[in-house]
Amino acid sequence: MIGLFKVKEKQREESQNTNRRGASTVKKQSAGELRLHKDISELNLPKSCKISFPNGKNDLMNFEVTIKPDEGYYMNGKFVFSFQVSNVYPHEAPKVKCKTKVYHPNIDLEGNVCLNILREDWKPVLNINTVIYGLFHLFTEPNYEDPLNHDAAAVLRDNPKLFENNVKRAMMGGYVGETSFPRCM
Amino acid sequence: MADLDVPPQVPQSKTRDLDKLLLRNGNLVDPGFFPGPDLRDDIRDYVRILVVGAGGLGCELLKDLALSGFRNLDVIDMDRIEVTNLNRQFLFRLEDVGKPKAEVAAKRVMERVSGVEIVPHFSRIEDKEIEFYSDFNIIALGLDSIEARKYINGVACGFLEYNEDDTPKRETIKPMVDGGTEGFKGHARVILPGVTPCFECTIYLFPPQVKFPLCTLAETPRNAAHCIEYAHLIQWEAVHRGKTFDPDEPEHMKWVYDEAIRRAELFGIPGVTYSLTQGVVKNIIPAIASTNAIISAACALETLKIVSACSKTLVNYLTYNGGEGLYTEVTKFERDTDCLVCGPGILIELDTSVTLSKFIEMLEDHPKLLLSKASVKHGENTLYMQAPPVLEEFHRPKLSKPLYDLMGRVQKDTIHVFGTALKNNEKESCSTKVRVVFKGADGVADMDTAIGA
Repeated sequence: MIGLFKVKEKQREESQNTNRRGASTVKKQSAGELRLHKDISELNLPKSCKISFPNGKNDLMNFEVTIKPDEGYYMNGKFVFSFQVSNVYPHEAPKVKCKTKVYHPNIDLEGNVCLNILREDWKPVLNINTVIYGLFHLFTEPNYEDPLNHDAAAVLRDNPKLFENNVKRAMMGGYVGETSFPRCM
Repeated sequence: MADLDVPPQVPQSKTRDLDKLLLRNGNLVDPGFFPGPDLRDDIRDYVRILVVGAGGLGCELLKDLALSGFRNLDVIDMDRIEVTNLNRQFLFRLEDVGKPKAEVAAKRVMERVSGVEIVPHFSRIEDKEIEFYSDFNIIALGLDSIEARKYINGVACGFLEYNEDDTPKRETIKPMVDGGTEGFKGHARVILPGVTPCFECTIYLFPPQVKFPLCTLAETPRNAAHCIEYAHLIQWEAVHRGKTFDPDEPEHMKWVYDEAIRRAELFGIPGVTYSLTQGVVKNIIPAIASTNAIISAACALETLKIVSACSKTLVNYLTYNGGEGLYTEVTKFERDTDCLVCGPGILIELDTSVTLSKFIEMLEDHPKLLLSKASVKHGENTLYMQAPPVLEEFHRPKLSKPLYDLMGRVQKDTIHVFGTALKNNEKESCSTKVRVVFKGADGVADMDTAIGA
């Protein structure tokens, strides 16, 4: 390759002596962004899930998904999740937090979401659609076995009727125990 | 007293060992190898190498390359020297702690190897213009993250151009030599964009990251790492609402350590120490000087081979494991011809008047694509998205504009298209790179039509 390098070096020296080189058409390519664009352009969401881009429609790496469950304990509630996708997507899962304070066994009061595919079960073959379906599933089938909110989990396990009432009260903007929840329906 | 019996010392040439490789022919040389003093001098005078990273691998690489006859080196690193670096980043001393790694490394090597010129760059690799990277003949990587490697790979493969027959243009190939180490293990690989697999082609080689379920951290921690991660991921956010955790800030790290200790005591878990806290939070695996030395020696040797053709280059991935005894293996990984970063993609010639919507229609009928419902991206700009509805509406006005205008009126460039393709009678999601060439751009007429007119 030395022959090639010598030629290039001479060319470089010559062009430095004359005008500046013409505008380069070389563009930065990010494979992670390409994969994210593909995922977003193929989103196939149920009516209960909507995506929005509060950071501008040109920034696909930060967006929000609003879920309005149409069945189960959380029917008619409105829950907003923030998504942050990193440069190494899909090697890393998107970072998802729940922005709505909710009484849920798998979502804590800070908005951390315990969903296996967001952490230990993430695989690059999964995509944004599967994550949104996973979140939707949390509302239709909350489970007390992976609790982030162990009080809520205990109530769901021992007294589903009380759980149902607590959820309704929280969604309407009331208190459950000593915690107050904002209205979200 | 005069030493009359000692024979006069014959001054030995500084390039004695290099001469053995470069001044004479051999059985393992590459075609295109022309031995002689001119080759040695051309390497010294014309070749420019960029070393990315001035840490464990970077220090060794700078030393190896400087002693291998390269005179024009650049080194880029955004970090400052820390005490924990001193066990292996041998160019640094205690009094250098706090100074930029690139600058100290360059200075030290220049002091010890006469004639070498090393230009340090104390900056992030993302902050340099793309033109900066095009000045170098070979880029040697001593990086420590997937993100950084992806970035440099994208830049180097971005220089690659293809001929009409989908073969790479030799003069646009920017070789990279990439090394990596982790404790007793390491790898060295040669990446020739368009010829060998690039970093993206083999990204599947990485195992999934170790991530603990949040509920385990919250409810049933079983080891010291669980306690540390709970403090780091969950408690920090709860207590320091809004303030981002900075692993390089000793106060933040101390806070996480204190909380982790408290939690460990609550659950009766032993083993939380300050250094384990740093390791878990920053994902650090203790580094060993010899692994770094071995891997960077392999990288420096490959750099010399690529430049001089003095021996056959590594094809194309060397793994090294010194954990128990010593094991190394070379694997020839294959390129992914559909790779979105280094692949040729499909060549499409267009008239400058073709609109974006016409182009999307053409993709459906193109025999190699048969792509329906296509979305189009040009570099960092999205041209059109089929879904979701809020984005489709946002980009819809561009459909009636000429693609030539939307792409900035360049004669040729690369775009990416995504959609559903029919493969073996089944609809499959598909992403392809497309090389667009505009006919009739810049007043250069198409050869065929010129004759007819």
